[in-house]
Amino acid sequence: MKKRKTYSMLINILMYASIALVVSLVVFLVGYVMGKGISNITWQLITTKPSKLNGTIGILPDILNTVYIVVLSLIFILPFGVGSAVYLSEYAENKTFVKIIEYAAEILSGIPSIIYGLVGMLLFSNNFGASLLSGALTLTIMNIPTVMRTTQESLKTVPQSYRDGAFGIGAGKWRVVRTIVLPNCVEGIITGSLLSVGRILGESAALLFTAGFAHTLNGVFDIFTSPGATLSVALYVYAKDDGEFGVAFAIAAILMIMTLLINLSAYLISKYFSKKRAN
Amino acid sequence: MKKRDKKQLIEHIVHGIFAVLGLVTVASVLIITIYLIVSGMPALWEIGITDFLFGEKWASTAAEPEFGILPFVLTSVYGTAGAVLIGVPVGFMAAVYLSKKASKKVKNVILIIIDMLAGIPSVVYGLVGMLVLVPAIRILFNIPDGSGLLAAIIVLSVMILPSVIKVSVTALDAVPKEYEEASLALGANANETYMRVSVPAAKSGIAAAVVLGVGRAIGEAMAVMMVTGNAPNMPSIFQSVRFLTTAIASEMAYSSPGTLQQNALFSIALVLFLFILMINAVLNFFLKGDKDQ
Repeated sequence: MKKRKTYSMLINILMYASIALVVSLVVFLVGYVMGKGISNITWQLITTKPSKLNGTIGILPDILNTVYIVVLSLIFILPFGVGSAVYLSEYAENKTFVKIIEYAAEILSGIPSIIYGLVGMLLFSNNFGASLLSGALTLTIMNIPTVMRTTQESLKTVPQSYRDGAFGIGAGKWRVVRTIVLPNCVEGIITGSLLSVGRILGESAALLFTAGFAHTLNGVFDIFTSPGATLSVALYVYAKDDGEFGVAFAIAAILMIMTLLINLSAYLISKYFSKKRAN
Repeated sequence: MKKRDKKQLIEHIVHGIFAVLGLVTVASVLIITIYLIVSGMPALWEIGITDFLFGEKWASTAAEPEFGILPFVLTSVYGTAGAVLIGVPVGFMAAVYLSKKASKKVKNVILIIIDMLAGIPSVVYGLVGMLVLVPAIRILFNIPDGSGLLAAIIVLSVMILPSVIKVSVTALDAVPKEYEEASLALGANANETYMRVSVPAAKSGIAAAVVLGVGRAIGEAMAVMMVTGNAPNMPSIFQSVRFLTTAIASEMAYSSPGTLQQNALFSIALVLFLFILMINAVLNFFLKGDKDQ
């Protein structure tokens, strides 16, 4: 009897210790990065480019490059991700075919980003040069499975009777997809986009050799030809090569805040849609 | 009649477009595989497969270069094993707590916190590792430089926590309530039920969580790069080391195209890719086992 009590207590201790460790790790990481980073975020830092002449560092170019890469990647990711989800749930009839596509998506989401970086370099940078476009295309391949999966999930919630009803009154397949299936993907598309943006913000290994690591200030029309570092890549360069830890922490804090916002909006959106479905 | 033909034509075209979009994942996998094989084979051929895989010395820029990747392979294996040894027990116990013991409210809050951990970019892990963990190891063990295999193992064990916890929680949540009720009715107490009934019932899902963690750890590059010191040594706990991933990242930027050095880096990528495919196959095996039950 005593042995059983000790066992039960031991399990309790291990459980509480583990969960306490996990939670305090997150609190420490977030607190430490915010504490060290926020005080280093200055107006000058976020609105200028680095200047050797004045000896100042600015991350405006990196911020802009991040925005370009996020927008450009999403433009490519969404049609492919949503399209493949619609194909799988509405068009594909061959079961093996569906399995192959899903297996391929699984493999894609398991491939390490450094390998995407290498293949992106061979495939895109060696053809169009190291540029934001090459980086965005590389990230596109990486993130298609994410959007595909979330869209598939939200398509599962569309009742079959909606489709049958539409077919019953003589609608063609494309019309059903356009008017019934696609409008119901909205939740999946938004969630998938948010997840992808989160991954793109944090990505560095896949971008080093495709979009490069220069802090070049790019205009909107430079994105197809000019290379540039995103915030994550800039963090790496400032911390590892330049030893500018203040700037690195400022970028880390900015990235952390953006990730928090993304998580928060994903949470609110899933809440909104589950409420809407309940009604 | 004509209008109908037109409508059918549109249907066919749309079907075709969606099929092409659907095939893009398959095409991507094929392209990645082909590119890695085509660019990875030449160096393997030139160096010799056994010399490459089992050579103990990597000196790519020496006058008489040597390309042995055994140090990288072993470092990746040891580093991943170490991360799993630390990260999985912690993540597993946390998952049991979340799935079985925590109230719904606590569970939801902690899962949001864990999502935050998953969202932290790997360079941020690297940065904190560089400035907190590496000095801590240096002082604690009284060694000249704290960056090395141990630092990487600790960083990786934290990085795999979110996926280990979340997949395990899902698996444990799916265990039928009846199993637990039966066990409780037979006189087992709550913790005995969780550990001896729920966990075995969820074992393939938990195994999948472990394998997923292995995949994450073996593929991580940037965080590891920032805390390991990057010398191509044979692995040892306080030694500066290179993983397969960091071996690629640390030399890619300054190797020139077409040289044996760069080709050898592609061969390393091919080896890493094979590791990942193997891990994927194992993962699938466990997930399929779960579905069959």
